[in-house]
Amino acid sequence: MLEFMEGSHAVAEIVKRCRPQVISAYPITPQTHIVEDLAQMVANCEIDAEYITVESEFSALSACLGASAAGSRVYSATTSQGLALMFEVCFNVAGMRQPIVMTIANRSLGAPLSIWNDQQDSISLRDSGWLQFYAEDNQETADLHMIAYKVCEDHDILLPAFVCFDGFILTHTFEPVSLPTQEEVDAYLPAFNPYQRLDAENPLSFGMYATPDYYMEFRYEVDRAMQRAKQAFVKAGREFGEQFGRDYSGLVEGYRLEDADTALVAMGSICGTVKDAVDEMRENGRKVGLLKIRTYRPFPAQEIADALKGVSKVAVLDKNISLGNGGAVGIEVKTALYGSGISVYDYIIALGGRDVRKRDIAAIVDLAEKGKGDMFYGLRTEVL
Amino acid sequence: MALRVGCAAAPGKARENKTGAWRVFKPVFDPEICTKCGMCALVCPEGCIRETEEGTFEPDLDYCKGCGLCVEVCPKKAIRMEKEEK
Repeated sequence: MLEFMEGSHAVAEIVKRCRPQVISAYPITPQTHIVEDLAQMVANCEIDAEYITVESEFSALSACLGASAAGSRVYSATTSQGLALMFEVCFNVAGMRQPIVMTIANRSLGAPLSIWNDQQDSISLRDSGWLQFYAEDNQETADLHMIAYKVCEDHDILLPAFVCFDGFILTHTFEPVSLPTQEEVDAYLPAFNPYQRLDAENPLSFGMYATPDYYMEFRYEVDRAMQRAKQAFVKAGREFGEQFGRDYSGLVEGYRLEDADTALVAMGSICGTVKDAVDEMRENGRKVGLLKIRTYRPFPAQEIADALKGVSKVAVLDKNISLGNGGAVGIEVKTALYGSGISVYDYIIALGGRDVRKRDIAAIVDLAEKGKGDMFYGLRTEVL
Repeated sequence: MALRVGCAAAPGKARENKTGAWRVFKPVFDPEICTKCGMCALVCPEGCIRETEEGTFEPDLDYCKGCGLCVEVCPKKAIRMEKEEK
């Protein structure tokens, strides 16, 4: 049954059904209604979880790390500066192989102070060892949480995940969402079975000291788990499709790419706008399509190369900037298509909440077809 | 020592970490010159200089960081630093 609800509320409702045992988050601005809703659910005994209040995001994720190591299914949510404050703990969570799922309401990072949407916050944690999934709409956001727990808790993976959805554009927007029942979620997502846990009867320490003789091998193991996560995601996404009718077996998803000459590549909510723009351009006879990236980590390089092998030009939309070398997605798409002969152009867009309209997408396609790219799109030159 | 997921370890495992891996110079003790005063063992910040059965001293190179304090403090200059070859 479709219900009309706010994105943040849909996330809270689905997280509740995933039965986390410990939730910890810090409600500073910027936050969303997710943890506010969850705190209320815990207070109302609608969910059998411990809600740990803390004094900062650093402490929030530290509490989650300890709770996860103790064998609990754990949840948190944060955004922009809050995620930045969690930076150190993020690396520890991944290195200690704790399958924590955290929602990221994507927002820009200061300075200058901004509360609006771009994807700089999670992109900046690219190398931390967290899986990163990007949702196009609130339905996909909700669904990806169930898939995330399933992939992360797989004993062949044991890594944490960000489920990323665009701040305001999705978090505060009301959309129809189909929420599964508790029984349906229980059938998809079994109870958490920790691989190893803190136990007074059988004491263990996690994340112990590694000399230069061992550290590199630990990083190698995390990277291998990250690579295995591709197959685990495909499997979990397919099983989700079989049970709920919405298929997420693709790390990438093509839209009208058949016979396309120019392809746009994007992540997150902007894919909705791009699909509408592609439809309009198709009506005008232009052979344009979209490749949506669902998993930024692990990065689906081979899947991208396969999906784009018929096109001649690629325009990558980056809601982030790796200052000094272009957009983070563009850089990796270029690597994925190296040697293919396909021209790849990168466009930095929408930083700090700048709106991107259908006509902007069409203008970017024009630029790519003229061979102009690797640039900020839509700069207000009059203020520079 | 095989890797364990998440670098998890049971109590007492720290003993298996040989922390002397990053040493550049190692101390070499000459028991012929040593007067068994024990100053080297007293100043060693790692506590890894042991007394032998003869009453002279020797370093445990699994843990020695090569700081050279023992060389500085030895009144008889019975210890010298030698470059590690790996």
